[in-house]
Amino acid sequence: MSTKTRAPALKPVEFGRWIWRQLTSMRIALMLLFLLAVAAIPGSVLPQSDIDPVAVSAFRARNPELSEWYDRLGMFDVYSAPWFAAIYLALMVSLVGCILPRTWQHWKAMRSEPPRAPRRLSRMPAYRQVEVDATPDEVLALARAELRSRRFKLAADRGDGAVSAEAGRLRETGNVLFHLCLVVVLLAVAGGGLFGYRANVLIPEGSGFTNQVIQFDSLSAGPMFDQSDLPPFSLDLESFEMDFIESGPQQGTADHYEATVRFVPEPGAEPRTETIRVNEPLEVDGSLIHIINPGYAPAFTVRDADGTILAEGPVAFLPQDDNFTSTGVVKVQVPPEDGDDLGIEAVFYPTAVLDEKGPRSVFPAPRNPAVFLTAYHGDLGLDDGRPESVFRLDLERMQQFEGENGEPYRKALSVGDTAELPNGSYITFDGYVTWANFQISRNSGKEIALVGAVVAVLGLMGSLYLRRRRVWVRAAVGEQGRTVVEVAGLHRAENSAGDQLTDEVGAVTDGLMLRLNGSEQDRES
Amino acid sequence: MDLDAVAEWSRLVVSAAVIVYLTAWLAFCAEAGTLSRARRTAAAAQEHERELVTAGSHGAGAGATSVSDDAVEPGHAHPSGEVEQQAERMGRIGRVVLIAATVVLAIGVSMRGLGTERMPWGNMYEFSITGALVASVVFLGLARTAAGRAVAVWAVLLVFITLGAAVTVLYVPPGPLQPALESYWLVIHVGMAVVAFGLFTVSAVISALQIVAERSAKRGAVHGFGASLPPERTLDRLAYRLTAVGFPIWTFGPLILGAVWAEVSWGRFWGWDPKEVWALITWLAYAAYLHARATAGWKGSKASVVALIAYATVLFSYFGVNIFFNGLHSYGGL
Repeated sequence: MSTKTRAPALKPVEFGRWIWRQLTSMRIALMLLFLLAVAAIPGSVLPQSDIDPVAVSAFRARNPELSEWYDRLGMFDVYSAPWFAAIYLALMVSLVGCILPRTWQHWKAMRSEPPRAPRRLSRMPAYRQVEVDATPDEVLALARAELRSRRFKLAADRGDGAVSAEAGRLRETGNVLFHLCLVVVLLAVAGGGLFGYRANVLIPEGSGFTNQVIQFDSLSAGPMFDQSDLPPFSLDLESFEMDFIESGPQQGTADHYEATVRFVPEPGAEPRTETIRVNEPLEVDGSLIHIINPGYAPAFTVRDADGTILAEGPVAFLPQDDNFTSTGVVKVQVPPEDGDDLGIEAVFYPTAVLDEKGPRSVFPAPRNPAVFLTAYHGDLGLDDGRPESVFRLDLERMQQFEGENGEPYRKALSVGDTAELPNGSYITFDGYVTWANFQISRNSGKEIALVGAVVAVLGLMGSLYLRRRRVWVRAAVGEQGRTVVEVAGLHRAENSAGDQLTDEVGAVTDGLMLRLNGSEQDRES
Repeated sequence: MDLDAVAEWSRLVVSAAVIVYLTAWLAFCAEAGTLSRARRTAAAAQEHERELVTAGSHGAGAGATSVSDDAVEPGHAHPSGEVEQQAERMGRIGRVVLIAATVVLAIGVSMRGLGTERMPWGNMYEFSITGALVASVVFLGLARTAAGRAVAVWAVLLVFITLGAAVTVLYVPPGPLQPALESYWLVIHVGMAVVAFGLFTVSAVISALQIVAERSAKRGAVHGFGASLPPERTLDRLAYRLTAVGFPIWTFGPLILGAVWAEVSWGRFWGWDPKEVWALITWLAYAAYLHARATAGWKGSKASVVALIAYATVLFSYFGVNIFFNGLHSYGGL
């Protein structure tokens, strides 16, 4: 049976046309919308390498085999994966393919006249009939005035004893505008991604940086980003203040962060003082400088047995909890002829409490700052060219010092305290400063995207709230010699309610009657 | 008086509102129950009459079929008239109590706002009570139409559950906001999310009822729950209208203004944060619903199913993302 009903094979052109018709059909658009929504889900469930690379490595460590498969599927980079791009590109093609013909049709429709009145107006969904004394021509003239005042578009007089009018054509205009603006937004975002960049740099209080790639801790940029585009400013973090809620149920929650910076717009320019707060970034030539996250940098001085300073200054520690318990390391490189390198591993507690649960911090502000440290000696491996973390010691060739009782060496220091290491050197906890992680970023194309999005919403509202409808008024001399006036309405939109149309036809009729009465009174007087 | 105490007291006022909503719900249930009894009685009476006619012509006794003879008094022209009046009274009581409940809830929400000196949508508790208030107000507007009253029972139940969860599981003591939230953007970005949330909620209830009504109309049922509902086309249109109001608000508040605020606060306008992703998924799902209603073969209950899926993504954007994911939007207070 199937061989009988099978259509002849499609030629390539026909097949292409068939594909195009399918792709631009509403049914496929509907499916693609759903598909895109579903495809976006894994990116919110699984860690993504461009958002949280640390979480991705942790996931890989936990599930090595699964991760291999996820890598093949691009599950750690869902939003830049080819299959995700395929869906949204197909959706965009479908959208453009659907909207361009509609735009053309609508363009023609906007310039055409409302159609002639149907022969039997009484069959329309909304209909009113009245009899008046005025002549048909008078009635039609007033009907034109009435419909024009209701902002209907009128057809030119065809001499058929009827007026044709249409309103709400902007509905389709809004629809077209909405879809075209979506394309504008997507292109602006995609194009902006090519030129934009985002960089991070951690600065302890009292230090600074110049806006160059070499000074950044990390940088992600689009392929068209040019290093010479970076605004040539430099910036010193004069102070960075953190306030925390002192009491109540939200005790310890951050209340306020504020960075005061000495800002030099370009080399040789006059420095000026600026403040950067959360929600109040500093804008420089289209780039924004934000505070991303804060922390503490305890300051140490390490001396050898002779009192020669081996290392000094604040070292940024990474906060581990809401009370800013922070961990970090001090790396002291010693020339091989003078002995082993030193590595200090320490925990900083802003408000230290030592009880049966061990040392911990009970408040994020520095009310009772203390560090607990241990120390290693050996080879830090700083010269072997491998990338290394400034927050961790590479313990491969390091040995932990032992204390007097043979246990690992440990010391607790308050501000100003000095401890002697088993090899005779000294470490002093000098105090602490705060640090802030700044983000310097430029989001190219954002203005275009924003304007596109706002216009899209306006178009959307037009397409949702306007109703396209036609109204006809016909006037003819009836059997009794009086003029019979018929008013009828027809809605074009899917979703308009019938009673609204009936109301409108009634209002047009009533308005027409008022005008007729008014013109009669004019004549009488 | 201490401001914190005002905010704390608001919890009691909101809890009181829960009780009032429960009362309104019971009244609406009584109305629906009474009406359905009236319909059953009327149907039975018709049946009875028909059988009496046939029985009379055959000269046999009629006693065997009079099942509901306590309700159908002999010689009574409209056997269910009194019952209908009773139902209407119940409905009126329900509406008045619903207004009272909305007022009490509005007081509770305002107290929370006054006590914390900000707009009451800074965490999940506040978002839930404000969202319930929006849904309740939308519903009061709907209750003027017959179709709106028919969804009364279910809409009120949903508000009741939301508030119950808010004062128990989601409750957070009043306090100031994190620095990132101290911005006028919170007022409009989250404010519009609350309004859209309320609209989508009421719309989802109506979509669910539309499915039931269409099914029962297809079966030709004359009594039962489905037959007691307004015509499915009315429900379909009502759900669409509420979504048509909610969708642009969702586009503008959560998505566009969210992107603007993200640019100000985090330095990028779109970063695929879980909340952003789910707000987009919700947007896509409602876009699918609006397209479905304009596609041949997808109208009616199929479109309503799409609307319910879309509402499920709203719920997940709100509850799921706050509970399961740890993104940049972790302000919920859970």
